[in-house]
Amino acid sequence: MGEDIKLMKGNEAIAEAAIRIGVDGYFGYPITPQSEVMETLMAKQPWDTTGMVVLQAESEIASINMLYGGGGCGKKVMTSSSSPGISLMQEGLTYLAGAEVPCLVVNVVRGGPGLGTIQPAQSDYFQAVKGGGHGDYSLIVLAPASVQEMADHVKLGFDLAFKYRNPVMILSDGVIGQMMEKVVLPSAKSRWTEEEIKELNPWATLGKPKTRERNVITSLKLQSDEMEEHNHKLQAKYQRMKEEEVLFEEFNCADAQYLIVAYGSSSRVCQKTVEIARDKGIKLGLLRPITLFPFPSDRIYELAQQVKGILSVEMSAGQMVEDVRLSVNGKVPVYHYGRLGGMVPSPSEVLKAVDEKLIGG
Amino acid sequence: MGKIRGAIVVDTAKCKGCSLCVEACPTKVIELSREVNAKGFHFAYMAQPQECTGCTNCATVCPDSCITVYRLKP
Amino acid sequence: MLEINDIIKPENLVYGKTPVLTDSVMHYCPGCSHGVVHKILAQVIEEMGIQEQTIGVAPVGCAVFAYNYIDIDWHEAAHGRAPAVATGIKRLLPEKMVFTYQGDGDLAAIGTAETIHACNRGENIVIIFINNGIYGMTGGQMAPTTIEGMPASTCPFGRTPERDGYPLKMSEILATLPGTCYVTRQAVHTAAHVRKTKKALVKAFENQKMRKGTSIVEVVSTCSSGWKMTPVNANKWMVDNMFPFYKLGDLKNE
Repeated sequence: MGEDIKLMKGNEAIAEAAIRIGVDGYFGYPITPQSEVMETLMAKQPWDTTGMVVLQAESEIASINMLYGGGGCGKKVMTSSSSPGISLMQEGLTYLAGAEVPCLVVNVVRGGPGLGTIQPAQSDYFQAVKGGGHGDYSLIVLAPASVQEMADHVKLGFDLAFKYRNPVMILSDGVIGQMMEKVVLPSAKSRWTEEEIKELNPWATLGKPKTRERNVITSLKLQSDEMEEHNHKLQAKYQRMKEEEVLFEEFNCADAQYLIVAYGSSSRVCQKTVEIARDKGIKLGLLRPITLFPFPSDRIYELAQQVKGILSVEMSAGQMVEDVRLSVNGKVPVYHYGRLGGMVPSPSEVLKAVDEKLIGG
Repeated sequence: MGKIRGAIVVDTAKCKGCSLCVEACPTKVIELSREVNAKGFHFAYMAQPQECTGCTNCATVCPDSCITVYRLKP
Repeated sequence: MLEINDIIKPENLVYGKTPVLTDSVMHYCPGCSHGVVHKILAQVIEEMGIQEQTIGVAPVGCAVFAYNYIDIDWHEAAHGRAPAVATGIKRLLPEKMVFTYQGDGDLAAIGTAETIHACNRGENIVIIFINNGIYGMTGGQMAPTTIEGMPASTCPFGRTPERDGYPLKMSEILATLPGTCYVTRQAVHTAAHVRKTKKALVKAFENQKMRKGTSIVEVVSTCSSGWKMTPVNANKWMVDNMFPFYKLGDLKNE
């Protein structure tokens, strides 16, 4: 099977890509606006074709722990949910991170706090990139801005998850999840055999042969010195991610005097803002982080040497703006513009904010 | 005095002196020693070795798997 | 006359430690039922020849370190989540033998949903349920299975249903679910009961081999430290007080 172009929703693209790249198991619980992921998987019946397991769990808590089980066996396992469900998964995520179990978690973010709204938002940034659960840990966080990237980030996510033995989150939102676009689906790959898993993931619990010590998936280290050593090991891993895995995209940054930083659906809006601004002769550029952890701090710092000010545009009360400020380290003013509760800003209102905060400010 | 048919060996370093084996022994072979092991436990020992039938009850209830049982084949 | 040393010879060995049990000294208190259940579980794994294909899921509670004692691959689950973890393992590795080992707080309080739903799906796993009516590891607090009137550090004057609710008969609930094929309640306070519990474990693993659904082996157990009794007195107290409420025997055997 080669290239295959289709028109579909972001949520459907996640499901289609998962089957094609050889994901072993999906465990999930319905919640708007992402239920199409499991619905698509169930309709496709991949257990008959690739052997992929799809199971509707009794809760998000159970789903994430099914990932702990399946991921610990060296299998490619994933779940998807939306903000309130992701909150329920935080316990499991910190165990997965602590025990270094690879997995993929898709968060199609909706507005909060609490039950909030089913409309799109970007207000789970802190939860995604600052750990989310207890203890010192980080997830690798990918921020797709198109249906194509929803599909692509499934493979990228699993590549990174197994490279680092770390959970990966796709931080999407209701816009990307629900909108329909053209997408080129990845070519089909078969799932790993048990022999391949043994070779690639010697830590996996596939049953203990006499030839090796037993494998234990655990985050428990009761002795303080052991726990500190384990933490140092995790921190070194996160540092390596920062050095090797940062991804971002730039629009019109080469000669920019003003810069917008935006990810996901906001970056789509801001790309249009940049086009309008350029038509008006305003030298505005856009940096779109593709990885939110690790964050493109170095590049933003470089751009801060060139621009007069930076505007972080997010559908939140201002979360990523804190990481932009840390990156810039006081070099230029950094402002936030955002809509809340499921409201999506328009390109012209972002331009107005650029004018008022950056140019006029 | 019974004919010796069985014997037990207690891993005295692992024994925690819970005395469940003492209770389980049908012929009252086992008692706890006066001395203690490195962990401070009064470990089990065969106080009446001649009575042991090698029935394995003591080892069966031992939570710490520190009793090995031997029995003469009839 | 025959000397003891004439008996202690390899050819006369009738009971020794199974190699599936590691040489680590268990961290459990003297007389703890966990040690006995670990031992017979290891024996069953050895005797059924399934060491290389068995994956265990350890709980949060005193048995959190079960993976130090039984020489197989393990997952250490979050509190109560073992049946969900086992579901993930078994669904992706259906040919392996998967079991959870859980205490009463883990299985019957914080993990009630995971337990009931794994059983209701009929997950092909074995659930070993240690019910000693108390939270041992955290220092003797009330458990969902603490019987009426029984004291614990969070009900120092005894469990009072009006305030604390009633003790939960989890196995009776699980036996009503179509997904379970075998639900039995056993104990390990005498050699005869240990042998019966071991047989129950064999049956549970055989059920898994035959893909019959979920098997639950509850073991009514003691916690001499939590109960503040000697191990021998704890066994007596269990017989007199726990058994009338938690009756031993098969609740379901299909």
